[in-house]
Amino acid sequence: MPPDLTVEQAIANLQQRDDLSLRYYAAWWLGKFRVTDPVAIDALIEALSDDQDRAPDGGFPLRRNAARALGKLGDRRAVSPLIDCLSCPDYYVREAAAQALEELGDPTCIPHLVDLLKREEVNSPPVAGKATMTQPYDSILEALGTLGAIAERETIQAFLEHSVPRVQYAAARALYQLTQDSIYGERLVAALQGKDLQLRRAALMDLGASGYVAAAPAIANALAENSLKLIALKGLLEHQLQQDSMSDRPRVSGEAIAVMEWMDTLL
Amino acid sequence: MVIDTAYGLIQAVDQADSPAKLLAAVHTLAQAKTEEGIPTLIKVLGYNNPGAAVAAVEGLVTMGAIAVPALLEQIDGYNYGARAWAIRALARIGDPRALDMLADAAQRDFSLSVRRAAARGLGSIQWSLLHEDVRPHAQAQALEILLAVSQDPEWVVRYASVAGLQAIAPEFALPPLDPSHVIMAHLHQVAHQDAEPAVQARAVWAIQHLSA
Repeated sequence: MPPDLTVEQAIANLQQRDDLSLRYYAAWWLGKFRVTDPVAIDALIEALSDDQDRAPDGGFPLRRNAARALGKLGDRRAVSPLIDCLSCPDYYVREAAAQALEELGDPTCIPHLVDLLKREEVNSPPVAGKATMTQPYDSILEALGTLGAIAERETIQAFLEHSVPRVQYAAARALYQLTQDSIYGERLVAALQGKDLQLRRAALMDLGASGYVAAAPAIANALAENSLKLIALKGLLEHQLQQDSMSDRPRVSGEAIAVMEWMDTLL
Repeated sequence: MVIDTAYGLIQAVDQADSPAKLLAAVHTLAQAKTEEGIPTLIKVLGYNNPGAAVAAVEGLVTMGAIAVPALLEQIDGYNYGARAWAIRALARIGDPRALDMLADAAQRDFSLSVRRAAARGLGSIQWSLLHEDVRPHAQAQALEILLAVSQDPEWVVRYASVAGLQAIAPEFALPPLDPSHVIMAHLHQVAHQDAEPAVQARAVWAIQHLSA
């Protein structure tokens, strides 16, 4: 997609206060086009505490977009302001912040994410509106897995029994990432047999991110779109390639080839 | 009730009122390998039911050449999901009559799932079914398109083009392929320059395969 703004325009649009929709769009645009200019980062961090742009549900649309963009831009100056966003009253800001903190990969946020897991009853009833949970548990658990929060294993374990299946999957994914114990990978494989297509899709994505390479045949045979299965298998393949550190070596391992053989059948 | 006529099997698909019944009915119709069932199997590709579509594609692929004219005629220009499944069926059958369709779809379809299926299909045409007079030209055309498609913006289409190149390579020279061969040189380029590790790895695997 051709950029319809210049970097300077996008930054200026984000800095101005007269047109809220221009600000909102600029925040998205800067993330989309990976603008890592420090001035853009500063403006996005400032947007994390915006009070002007309010959604009908009381949410903060600009803060959501700014948090998502900061996750993509890789500047760790955003870590602390994003941690502050974890206590924002808007569920979607907390969700975007947890995802961004996962992407930024700085483990200093781990205690703050864990705090959110413990803040309320784990199985408290869904809140009104689109959110089905009181906290974005799935995003938080996924972040803990990616950030290597092995000390939090027991806290995460409790979420394997959460009432929302997507949260169970996120916990299984994180626990597999943290322990490499196939018992957690197999929980996700079992989820591929579920009756609900949306849930099978969620399990596919979690398997792809988990790096549980033994799941390749189950992914290829799941009842879902080939496009999603290919993305999940690509995740497994990338994980395997990293293990083989293939960038230095001219050959690919038998394990990587096995994943690619499944991918070929889905083209 | 025992349904054993082609008409009954087709009716069972048309009247299925749940995803599970549709899957079962399509499966039975596909296994019957009846020519009258072909248009119905093709129609199922547009139902947005991946399980039923897989069963329908399997049925069409087992029927092979006999299903090709209907597949070519009934390609759905408005439903890219259905189009991708139909292209996948044509790709697996490998009938050279689908060549123009695959060539066009690989380069120009807006849907990445259609482009990737077509790219893979260009590699798996049964070339021996083409007359010797036209075969070299058709193969050269397929190769040219596969080389071009390896620049597609979507990783999965580039991945499919590498799979297609690996499949078509033995048509130009018996493995082990000379490193200076155009396909080999191209695969080396993909292995070093593609932005996605998955596509690079697919090229490395193709090189390993074709060097052996």
